[in-house]
Amino acid sequence: MALLNKDESKALLKKVLDYSKADECEAGLSGSEGGNIRYARNSVSTAGDISQLTLAVTSYFGKKSGTATINEFDDTSLEKVVRRSEELAKLAPENPEYMPLLEPQVYKESKSFNAATAAITPDDRADAVAKSITVSKDAKLEAAGFIENETAFSALSNSKGLFAYEMGTDVTFSVTTRNAEGTGSGYAARGFTDVKKLDTFSATKIAAQKANSSANAKAIEPGKYTVILEPVAATYFLESLFRGFDARNADEGRSFMSKAGGGNRLGEKLMDDKVTIYSDPFNSELPSSTWNNDGQPLDKVNWVEKGVVQNLSYSRFWAQKMNKQPLPFGSNFIMEGGNLSVDEMIKNTERGILVSRLWYIRMVDPQTLLLTGLTRDGTYYIENGQIKHPIKNFRFNESPVIALNNIEALGRPERSISVESYRSYLIPPMKIRDFTFSSLSDAV
Amino acid sequence: MRRKDFLQLSAMGLGGLVLPDFSFGNPIDPLQALNERMDVAEKKQLADIALNAAKSKGASYADVRIGRYLNQFVVTRERRVQNIANTESYGVGIRVIANGAWGFAATNKVTKEEIAKTAEKAVAVAKANAKILSEPVQLAPQKGYGEVSWKTPIEKNAFEVPVKEKVDLLLSVNAAAMDAGANFINSIIMAINEQKYFASTDGSYIDQDIHRMYPTFNVTRIDKTTGKFQTRQALSSPVGMGYEYLLPTADNKVPGIVTRYKSRYDMLEDVKAAAANVDEKLKAKSVEPGKYDLVLDPSHLWLTIHESVAHPTELDRVLGYEANYAGTSFLTLDKWKSKNFQFGSKLVNIHADKLQPGSLGAVGYDDEGVKCGEWELIKDGILVNYQAIRDQAHIIGLNASQGCCYSQSWKDVQFQRMPNVSLKPGKEKLSVDDMIKNVEKGIYIIGNGSFSIDQQRYNFQFGGQLFYEIKNGKIAGMLNDVAYQANTQEFWNSCVAIADKNDYRLGGAFNDGKGQPGQSNAVSHGSSTTRFNGINVINTARKI
Repeated sequence: MALLNKDESKALLKKVLDYSKADECEAGLSGSEGGNIRYARNSVSTAGDISQLTLAVTSYFGKKSGTATINEFDDTSLEKVVRRSEELAKLAPENPEYMPLLEPQVYKESKSFNAATAAITPDDRADAVAKSITVSKDAKLEAAGFIENETAFSALSNSKGLFAYEMGTDVTFSVTTRNAEGTGSGYAARGFTDVKKLDTFSATKIAAQKANSSANAKAIEPGKYTVILEPVAATYFLESLFRGFDARNADEGRSFMSKAGGGNRLGEKLMDDKVTIYSDPFNSELPSSTWNNDGQPLDKVNWVEKGVVQNLSYSRFWAQKMNKQPLPFGSNFIMEGGNLSVDEMIKNTERGILVSRLWYIRMVDPQTLLLTGLTRDGTYYIENGQIKHPIKNFRFNESPVIALNNIEALGRPERSISVESYRSYLIPPMKIRDFTFSSLSDAV
Repeated sequence: MRRKDFLQLSAMGLGGLVLPDFSFGNPIDPLQALNERMDVAEKKQLADIALNAAKSKGASYADVRIGRYLNQFVVTRERRVQNIANTESYGVGIRVIANGAWGFAATNKVTKEEIAKTAEKAVAVAKANAKILSEPVQLAPQKGYGEVSWKTPIEKNAFEVPVKEKVDLLLSVNAAAMDAGANFINSIIMAINEQKYFASTDGSYIDQDIHRMYPTFNVTRIDKTTGKFQTRQALSSPVGMGYEYLLPTADNKVPGIVTRYKSRYDMLEDVKAAAANVDEKLKAKSVEPGKYDLVLDPSHLWLTIHESVAHPTELDRVLGYEANYAGTSFLTLDKWKSKNFQFGSKLVNIHADKLQPGSLGAVGYDDEGVKCGEWELIKDGILVNYQAIRDQAHIIGLNASQGCCYSQSWKDVQFQRMPNVSLKPGKEKLSVDDMIKNVEKGIYIIGNGSFSIDQQRYNFQFGGQLFYEIKNGKIAGMLNDVAYQANTQEFWNSCVAIADKNDYRLGGAFNDGKGQPGQSNAVSHGSSTTRFNGINVINTARKI
């Protein structure tokens, strides 16, 4: 019941819209099915199956709108949710930022559904976890991890005849392995549309290798160093940057994209030539949503090309106000790279630090996008093209805007997940000079 | 950890973008929700069905939570209302032990048949988990309380205050900020009501009605010429109270360089101060990095206590259950067993507590039917205890739980969450002025800002809202670009003075995050103004 196909969604939304007495009405349907297993100390701790289906209806009377949602689908409930949204709309004050609903749009076929991922069973999840625990036990480590999969669909329709539909799948896995003495820790995280690409055994092997090789770390002085950020570290570091490609915040003067004297930095060269960042919902490695919350189709957009800011996102309201074309925010983010592997990048490094993972990144100053956070789960000193020894973890204070000006080399992009939001990105490993570490941490 | 914003983003990942400008749940008519309260006798009948079904399928223990969770959000910016949302979530969560393992299942269909089926499902999950279990669950004994109830002692139910009154207040707050020169303001009033019924095979039937609320704002001012901007957040706090929190009284104001608030908040007064503060911040001098003595206001210190004391004393972290998400802890069992681990200076007395009136963590009973209490974590600077629930108590030699079990809703499984963790006020009579007057080179920090700490809670960095330079015992003006870094143990050992109980106030958060899938917990942290000597301060200004 939680997953409706295109025809079922269309029929249900038509029935909902037929109840409407408002000037305009929009109805959205979203449902998902999935499950998870959590484990710690090499043993399963919790497991769950989640299934949900929700209908949201927004009614408009002039510039007033009201939204109501429901998770029951008999005719009485469907009519009730429409009436409730109409009552709320009548009570609401006029919204000066009201925009009329969109006419029907044309959408390209989404690539984000994978049948094998949709067919994952609780036993499949248990098998994947069992493989991970086997690796951990064999390596005499303790594993804590989490696997979660979801098949989700969205459908949107409105009283002007717009209809959009898509279904997607996603599976994410993460594992932390620690040694008994508490002196070594390793981590691996994976996210895929297609579960066949997920190998919890080899991912845990990498985490185990990091745990064992990071034990007995030596302290070196904080300061500015050349770093190689592995994709999982680079992804988390760049996530705040991606959120900043918004014209309104920039034009209002409260973003790193704001220009002194007013306006935004569109067209300015803000980063190194090697930096190209774009969104593409049809990328085969990282397929994502093909339409946004108000039904605008999404396509490839270059945000930064060779270091120059090419586009900022304009909401329909802000575009109208600023006399621009609307440009929806991306549903995924991809950064171009080169062909080098992390190992090759290490070989080409005279003196530097390999960072496996970053942790607890928070904004210090939105003006400059200065972030703070820490390294963890394998930080190593590189000398003359070789890893010399593990080093104690550092706290960093660095802005991705500054770091992307200091790029020495980019490696081969790979799909990786942000360790906090669990969103997937396609990001290269990156070698950055003058990365600022400001203090040491005793944490392992 | 504050992960809620991230969790909401990730929930939007696969096409949950259907609700524009609306990330909080199901809107309902609040008055209708108030009328839909179920009779306690009816809840008991449903609870017994769950418990009996679980036992008949082989559960050695079962508990059931029937919950209705109501939220209201009134969201505005500048001169317009962005959103008014009333959300409701109603359902039943059943947790059992069978064959020595935990199992959990939940349903939003609150009928006798569905509840019995859900109980059976929970037992099936437990039996499946038992096959890969290394150690059977050991539950600390807990006597049944029979039929009891508890209610947050509120004076004015926020859900009964008309939406218009809240909108009018926020729009007048916004207008005051704009009239005083602010460029932008976002403001919000959130109200929460958890109506929770708990029953267990131990013989408890506990009906609780819990209220929380949080009014807050963020004021922004921009210097167009330089392109610089500054913000100042409200000095309010989320509280375990009703709408009375928004009815200011003179005796709840703490006068000083900027007015701070105890258990009543004056939003209009604070926003006027904030509008003046953002202007001062734009003109303030950039801090010279180095060692400073820090004088930390309770509106700031609560977050440092949260991150550096409350989290590392969570027993599930110490044991490794959060290793893959929230992290572990440097406060390992050997340090506790030694009875001489000097966490802080002798002045430092930190206690856990689920009773304090007005606090976010105050409830009568936790989510596994344990009557709540108070206990010491750090006594005269020494680590003496942790925060435990029923299945952990034996690990630290206790024969009863400390009542720290919580679930954010009926559909999530309950687990160990922090109680209020607070620094006790100083015994010596000391005012805020007394704290400042002996400082030669220092910074007085008000309000919480940026925060980050490592996964074992050693190394942290905190910002703030307002920074005042202290020179030779006097406030010498405002500073910018301040963040301090320290090691937890060194920091608490550098504590040299704590103001007395007259200055004691609570801060807190609605969104303390832990667990996979993530859950939010609301918690308060109290303190009086406290001084820490010789702390490393960095300058956070950069050019891009």
